[in-house]
Amino acid sequence: MTENLIKPRDLDWHPQPYAQDYRSTHLRAPAHARLHYTPTSTEMAGPAFGHGMLGDHDDDLIVNYAAAGQSAIGPRIIVHGTLRDEDGRPVPNKLIEVWQANAGGRYRHKKDGYTAPLDVNFGGCGRCITGEDGSYSFRTILPGAYPWPNGGNDWRPAHIHFSVFGDGFAQRLITQMYFEGDPHIALCPIVQSIPDAAAIDRLVARLDMAKTIPMDIRAYRFDIVLRGRSATPFENAMEGT
Amino acid sequence: MGDLKESASQTAGPYVHIGCVPSFAGLSGMYGGRDLGASMITDDVIGQRIAVTGCVYDGDGAPLTDAMIEIWQAAPDGTFAMDGFSSWGRQPSAADTGVFTFDTLKPAAIGNQAPHIMVWIVARGINLGLTTRIYFPDEDNSPDRVFTLAGARADTMVAAATADGYHIDIRLQGPNETVFFDV
Repeated sequence: MTENLIKPRDLDWHPQPYAQDYRSTHLRAPAHARLHYTPTSTEMAGPAFGHGMLGDHDDDLIVNYAAAGQSAIGPRIIVHGTLRDEDGRPVPNKLIEVWQANAGGRYRHKKDGYTAPLDVNFGGCGRCITGEDGSYSFRTILPGAYPWPNGGNDWRPAHIHFSVFGDGFAQRLITQMYFEGDPHIALCPIVQSIPDAAAIDRLVARLDMAKTIPMDIRAYRFDIVLRGRSATPFENAMEGT
Repeated sequence: MGDLKESASQTAGPYVHIGCVPSFAGLSGMYGGRDLGASMITDDVIGQRIAVTGCVYDGDGAPLTDAMIEIWQAAPDGTFAMDGFSSWGRQPSAADTGVFTFDTLKPAAIGNQAPHIMVWIVARGINLGLTTRIYFPDEDNSPDRVFTLAGARADTMVAAATADGYHIDIRLQGPNETVFFDV
């Protein structure tokens, strides 16, 4: 089987490890630059997850933690998009995990002490697996903005966390999705630790009226891109077997 | 053009547990009450059982108690797809001590790569997941090109033997800062 090497990551496109205005990075950003190497068979491979692992409502945060017949409080939304690689190819059968605050901006987590109340019917986590065409979709409620301790008057824009797997572990990615029109995006030190405005824009989901269901639920579109392939074939032989 | 670049990373944040290890986060019953990646040994398999423990320390020497660690490793048969074993594992660092534990099997060498475990760390304050490796003190690591790439700092990837396995201290800063890779 010939498979091409996973393309190098453009580290200048990603947020830098140390971000002056994002205080938590100060003691957690390594001082040394990352050492680069060409992926080995370890990083070219990665875990596989099957559709069979999914429960009926894993992809529906509106009901997957709710009591029978109940649902989470908040504006109902569909979040959907396509998982592709940098060569534009759909990436099928990959696990996407999401987590988020509730409509008031409160997480169901013992370390979150924000004043906004928990919603007994909202857990805040969900997952799905991309289809053959790389598409994914889940239902949830619009998360709220919330304040966080960063030394000033800092509020996170409304966001949903995404954990994404690829074919090879080298493609593993965690990111956050924001919402079109949110004024906090421009003010958030975590978002703004990304140096390139175009890279930030790509994390902003767009209202999608075509997928919005009348009298029911609005839709947002968020496409995700994983690292692509270089022109160089990967061969185990290069490791000197 | 920008549409075909990798999506930029963002921190997993302090609440990563909700999405990735929901039972640990207290979301009882979520996903059948089983956190994905919690069990690597799923059957009566052949191989050397080891407990791999570790701890991630910040620049003040304080353990990270809010991190999530994933590992990816070859099985004892040198593949990443051995029956009864998951080459992938996921654990939170303990909320009190910061220690994480993987009950796994010792990996085989793959070609000229010495036995190793890939480690991926995400947490609040980490903008792009950190990749490093664990190597073993009782193996010949010298033919391994990733190990030798690290030069004098390669020692930061070598685990210490314990009664039932190995332990690795991962330091994000300081004189013994762990080697992290761009791969």
